[in-house]
Amino acid sequence: MSPVSDYEIVIGLEIHVQLKTRTKMFCGCELTFGEPPNTRVCEVCLALPGSLPVPNAEAIHLGVMIGHALGCEIAPRMKFDRKQYFYPDSPKGYQISQFDEPLCAGGGIGGVRIERVHLEEDAAKTIHAGASGRIHGSASSVVDFNRGGTPLAEIVTEPDIHSAEQAGEFLRLLRTTLRVLGVSDVNMEEGSLRCDANISIRPHGQTELGTKTELKNMNSFRYIEKGITAEVARQAALLDAGERVVQETLHFDPRTEALTSMRSKEEANDYRYFPEPDLVPVPVTAAMIERARAAMPELPAARAARFEEDLELHPDTAKLLAWRSELGDWFEEALAASPDGVSAATAGPLANWTTNELLKRLEGETDPGGSKVTPAALAQLVALVGAKSVTAAGGRQVLEVLIAEGGDPAAIVEAQGLGAVGGEDTLAPVVQEALAANPDIAERLRGGDMKPMGVIIGHVMKATKGRADGGEVTKLVRSQLGL
Amino acid sequence: MIDRTQVLHVARLARLQLSDEEVGRMSTELSSILGHIETLAALDLSAVEPTAHVVPGAGRLRADEVRPSLPREVAFENAPDVADDGFRVPSPQA
Amino acid sequence: MSAELTDLTAKAAIDAIAAGDLDAAELFGAYRAAAAADELNAYTWVAEDTPDLGVAADAPLRGVPLAVKDLFCTRGVPSQAGSRILEGYRPPYDATVVAQLAAAGTSLLGKTNQDEFAMGSSNENSGYGPVKNPWDHTRVPGGSSGGSAAAVAAGLAPWALGTDTGGSIRQPAALCGIVGLKPTYGSVSRYGMIAFASSLDQAGPFARTVTDTALLYAHMHGRDERDATSVGRPDEIALPTGERLDGIRLGVPDTLTGEGVEPGVMAAFAAALETARSLGATVEQVALPHADHGLSAYYILAPAEASSNLARFDGVRYGARSEAGDLLSMYTETRHDFFGDEVKRRILIGTYALSSGFYDAYYASAQKVRTLIARDFDAAFAGVDLIVTPTSPGVAFPLGAKTEDPLSMYLNDAFTIPISLAGIPAISLPCGLSEGLPVGLQLAGPAFSENRILEAAHALERAFAFENTPSRIGGGAAA
Ligand SMILES: [Zn+2]
Repeated sequence: MSPVSDYEIVIGLEIHVQLKTRTKMFCGCELTFGEPPNTRVCEVCLALPGSLPVPNAEAIHLGVMIGHALGCEIAPRMKFDRKQYFYPDSPKGYQISQFDEPLCAGGGIGGVRIERVHLEEDAAKTIHAGASGRIHGSASSVVDFNRGGTPLAEIVTEPDIHSAEQAGEFLRLLRTTLRVLGVSDVNMEEGSLRCDANISIRPHGQTELGTKTELKNMNSFRYIEKGITAEVARQAALLDAGERVVQETLHFDPRTEALTSMRSKEEANDYRYFPEPDLVPVPVTAAMIERARAAMPELPAARAARFEEDLELHPDTAKLLAWRSELGDWFEEALAASPDGVSAATAGPLANWTTNELLKRLEGETDPGGSKVTPAALAQLVALVGAKSVTAAGGRQVLEVLIAEGGDPAAIVEAQGLGAVGGEDTLAPVVQEALAANPDIAERLRGGDMKPMGVIIGHVMKATKGRADGGEVTKLVRSQLGL
Repeated sequence: MIDRTQVLHVARLARLQLSDEEVGRMSTELSSILGHIETLAALDLSAVEPTAHVVPGAGRLRADEVRPSLPREVAFENAPDVADDGFRVPSPQA
Repeated sequence: MSAELTDLTAKAAIDAIAAGDLDAAELFGAYRAAAAADELNAYTWVAEDTPDLGVAADAPLRGVPLAVKDLFCTRGVPSQAGSRILEGYRPPYDATVVAQLAAAGTSLLGKTNQDEFAMGSSNENSGYGPVKNPWDHTRVPGGSSGGSAAAVAAGLAPWALGTDTGGSIRQPAALCGIVGLKPTYGSVSRYGMIAFASSLDQAGPFARTVTDTALLYAHMHGRDERDATSVGRPDEIALPTGERLDGIRLGVPDTLTGEGVEPGVMAAFAAALETARSLGATVEQVALPHADHGLSAYYILAPAEASSNLARFDGVRYGARSEAGDLLSMYTETRHDFFGDEVKRRILIGTYALSSGFYDAYYASAQKVRTLIARDFDAAFAGVDLIVTPTSPGVAFPLGAKTEDPLSMYLNDAFTIPISLAGIPAISLPCGLSEGLPVGLQLAGPAFSENRILEAAHALERAFAFENTPSRIGGGAAA
């Protein structure tokens, strides 16, 4: 069997995002999570006879914000269409969606082009009952319409993604972007962010696309990556065996890692779209577009670029801080509190202390906001280290105290006697003593073999309880030995 | 013309069961109606914009304000089968 | 006494109540008794008791009973849209117009029979049995608002609500010898009207006089925040006072040659034009080159929208359900068992017209024809004030005469449908008799020209002096 690497992988994603409005897309029912079933329903979202939809202006506003964030062209009017399908989760027998005139088109993010973003309404929730729910000898389901009618933005990418990892990376950037925008809770477990993947493979160099399959409803980034990997392997095995890939919809079970076909729902896939006669298209005015633009916060991609360019952070550090918006916010607050002012010179060490020293001590926490370390405290600590008032090692000890108890770094240095031992007057006698205690090492150093320098530094550190600066110790050793 | 196969296909899309007799009758009746409708094919409509709504000035949006939902017992009042606080339906796979 | 009360026009009753000469409860009681004794099958539900009328003491339509077509949602009262699939269905909310008219002081007298989901021109497609024409009980009252028209004509209601999608107010008004107005699309809220074809459906009034028609419509129209297709009128509705038609230019479509129209209807129409001239109007021909295609476009658009609107009747949340072991059978059997033949026919046509591969040939073409027809009317109204036609090509036909041939039934609406497609207003008022049965005259005007239409209709009504007082119509005795 040939390896998967013989094939080029082509992936397009369809992401459904529940918008964070107060009420549903077409009625005034309040959007809440976890209410008792069928308590957030009315004649509109139950599709009682005679009821009519009226679009939620805020949903369109949030849709335009998403369009801005993804660099899309915004349509001149908001036009809705009906998509017909019978299922208990679709009370009208059709979903109000957008067909030929999506609210946003074109654009891109993180190197992936966006085909379109359109607005629609979410389906209700069907809960499949167990054997106890049998009626007439058959299993039954129960429908809860609380979720039905929640505003959704469907974001469709071009098939620009070529690996499971790239899909994961793109989704992380998209999720942070949407979270920073404030348009959605983007919580995959609660279903406010859902992702389908269209996957095909083709031999390298082949121009036409292979037959694609659709992987439905994966509810975590890890499962998406695993699901894509599994499906790519399945398709590669088929092609290797000289078989064809069949166009179908698949479900990935993250527990068993098995892919199962969802054929039953697929037959008769004729949605009979037509313009929603109950909704006259509404112009998307310049004022609406401007209002959305004015509401735009700085987005992760722009923030990473600013960190790189203005603060001269390493690209990886910049991305880490910018893509985790809460971490980036914390960092910027610390930077603003820096006693040495905001500059590339202060930002670099502060970023390192934030992403390396602090984060790794927070045991998996991604947001230092929940810890006892205040942004100002870390900024002061980094300034003390920078001024050599405390060594890096001493600084780490101070950080441990800050994490455990909080407090003021200068006071901790003072109280625990962690101030750096520096200057010829105090350090020279300690170095002299270390050389005297290790005459053979001193001899080797004097002969030009610098390898055992660490022994002398270690001795000095031990004597000063780590408060000496290694560089200064080396300098003193050289001068005392006349090197 | 719309033959029996097409009637059955469309009935399936519309979730409408038809007896054998009904399929035959519908095929005849729909063919006669569609035959009349087909006169539209004689018109040159290439330069004509479609009309979906006749009223200029209509169309509106709703402010994102909460309105009371129905009490659950009211929502269930007309339901054929209620169980576990939901509308019960047979399973698709049954 | 009772017959005298139910012979009163709504306007006369309101004035009498205001003057203290008539007790609203007595009026309601007389109508309730008449409705309860309905031999026409015009009602599917009649109020049990006389409501408390005190609250409406200073409302403009105080104390006048109102009959409401079954497809308007009325809170806690059966609203079945003429369909067995909604048998016993009691909505938890009122349609906007029902609420508006209740606020204006009317009281709900009953729900009237109709063709199932408003699909029909004879009321024979009702799941609750056909309605009889009060002029001749062996004949149809027209449809789909046949129950409302028959009730008003027979004195079982002073006035009533109907809906008109392709002629469903105007045609039964014509066949029952009363007045019916189809307003400009969008001027009356559709909220709470069980939908047939959303882009065409419009609620309107039935009454025995043009003045009552105007009075009821004056309290129906208005922009509704819950109906995104509703619009506010540019003007208020005034009670008509016109007695002359001086300077009014009437247009007769050049396609109206008499072909396909009963001779008696053509004769009554010609006489009506003569009357109009005698009142000072001029009559000329107007070109409506695409009107002949209206029927075809309508029988694509309306069924297409209907096929979608009726998808919600699935046996899950309300309505009848056929028990079946699996979901698909539950859907298909429920919809087979509880939809009538005409509804099934239109669902199938509409589904076909929207289905993959046929959309452009049918639905998109029909929408384009709609554009052409609307343009034809715009052009015509540049030259004339109103367009006049017979409302229906024939008088009320015998029950059962056309049920075997759907297409011949559809042709009943040839004069009303193009106007529906253009979304413009039109009235039907009785202008004479043919074979002892009423003939309707249709007057259509540009969008929001209801005041112009009502003024002209008022002048013509005086001149026609058509006798439709319930106790005096030619009817009941014939059966
Ligand atoms: Zn709702």
